[in-house]
Amino acid sequence: MNEAQQAMQPPRASSTLMMIVLNGIAMLAGFLVVMTSQLTAPRIAENQRIAIEQAVSKVIPGATRHREFHLGKDGLRSEPGADTTTIYAGYDDQDHLLGVAARAAAQGYADMIYLLYGYDPTCQCIRGIKVLKFAETPGLGDKITHDAAFQSNFDALDARLAPDGQGLAHAIAKVKHGTKQHDWEIDAISGATISSTAVGKALNQSAQALLPQLLPHLQELRATEKRP
Amino acid sequence: MTRKTDTQITWKTFSEGLWANNPVFVMLLGMCPTLAVTNSAINALAMGLATTFVLLASGLLVSLLARYIPKQVRIATYIVIIATFVTMIDYIIQAISLDLYNALGAFIQLIVVNCIILGRAEAYASKHRPAKAVLNALGMGAGFTLALLCLGLVREILGSGSVFGVDLFGPAFQPWVIMTLPPGGFLVLGAWLLLFDWFRLRRQQKETVTGGQSDVA
Repeated sequence: MNEAQQAMQPPRASSTLMMIVLNGIAMLAGFLVVMTSQLTAPRIAENQRIAIEQAVSKVIPGATRHREFHLGKDGLRSEPGADTTTIYAGYDDQDHLLGVAARAAAQGYADMIYLLYGYDPTCQCIRGIKVLKFAETPGLGDKITHDAAFQSNFDALDARLAPDGQGLAHAIAKVKHGTKQHDWEIDAISGATISSTAVGKALNQSAQALLPQLLPHLQELRATEKRP
Repeated sequence: MTRKTDTQITWKTFSEGLWANNPVFVMLLGMCPTLAVTNSAINALAMGLATTFVLLASGLLVSLLARYIPKQVRIATYIVIIATFVTMIDYIIQAISLDLYNALGAFIQLIVVNCIILGRAEAYASKHRPAKAVLNALGMGAGFTLALLCLGLVREILGSGSVFGVDLFGPAFQPWVIMTLPPGGFLVLGAWLLLFDWFRLRRQQKETVTGGQSDVA
């Protein structure tokens, strides 16, 4: 360090000055972050609403609008609680209940796979799934999102309740590629077995737990049809 | 360099980051986002633009405030300034597109620790006037975006057979999957570095042969 550079060095600052500067910067930072958060909040909420709307209309074919409910042990609520599951009831233009969508999740190959599935009470089957978030291997595991043959598993996947109403009559499970025989089986993608298994596991776990709780309240979902 | 004599703005102020000191191809800085999010052209472009915004905004603020910041707390101050702008761009990307936000994942937040930005704040913005700092940050951002796009385009074409999501080769194309996976990032980066160095050496050689003065130190 030469003399000229030494002369440039600022004198040792006092602790007070340091505190003032750090506080000032922190306040400016807080102001900027809160301002951005406030300005973008409506757009972000709208984007999330559109994303859910698109997902619901994909898993409940024909649904043009949906309403959000929270299903707990004591029945349907409009506000989320600690032990409630969020469900989306999908209706057509004439306000007929077409199906109910719910979230499911299971451990995949790389990370958790989150998906939304649509249950149709008329055929007592799952009518469609949409993968919401995943980190599966591109080219292999990510086929669960777009492989046409795999998606056709969910055109009408049997999800009837057992006679005692405590669970599914037949557990949803994936089977080896090309060996699907029953409507409750999922034909795995060859080369994406772990991801296919995860989808089956997620659906089975969620349907086993949710459907016995949901079915007694289907009438309430229909009753809300006429409300605005 | 004192701030008073530092008013001259030349083309080099901007082009330094674009070519001679390209953050990725020459300085090899910011390798984490470079390798991680360049699996498609759109991800690369979004990451490049987000980083440019943070470079620009933090460069301007650091340059404006540099004379009031005590030397002992400067790094802490720069980090707070950078983190602020990163949080802002994080919200802005969520407002633009949730799909893009999900694709970029944690790497937006990780711009905070991108060494290009702190490096520029410490080595350039704090020592130069705002106009010059902004122009230099713009050049660095453009250089970073360009480099990410170079990687992203190659990886998307080879790994998914498309450019910006537009299919190029039709359904018969068998994608070279490894290109969209992490090893592909290293392979493509290596190939680009080889190309850049070959160009640099060739130019150097030409200058020696013709007796011209070499501009490469």
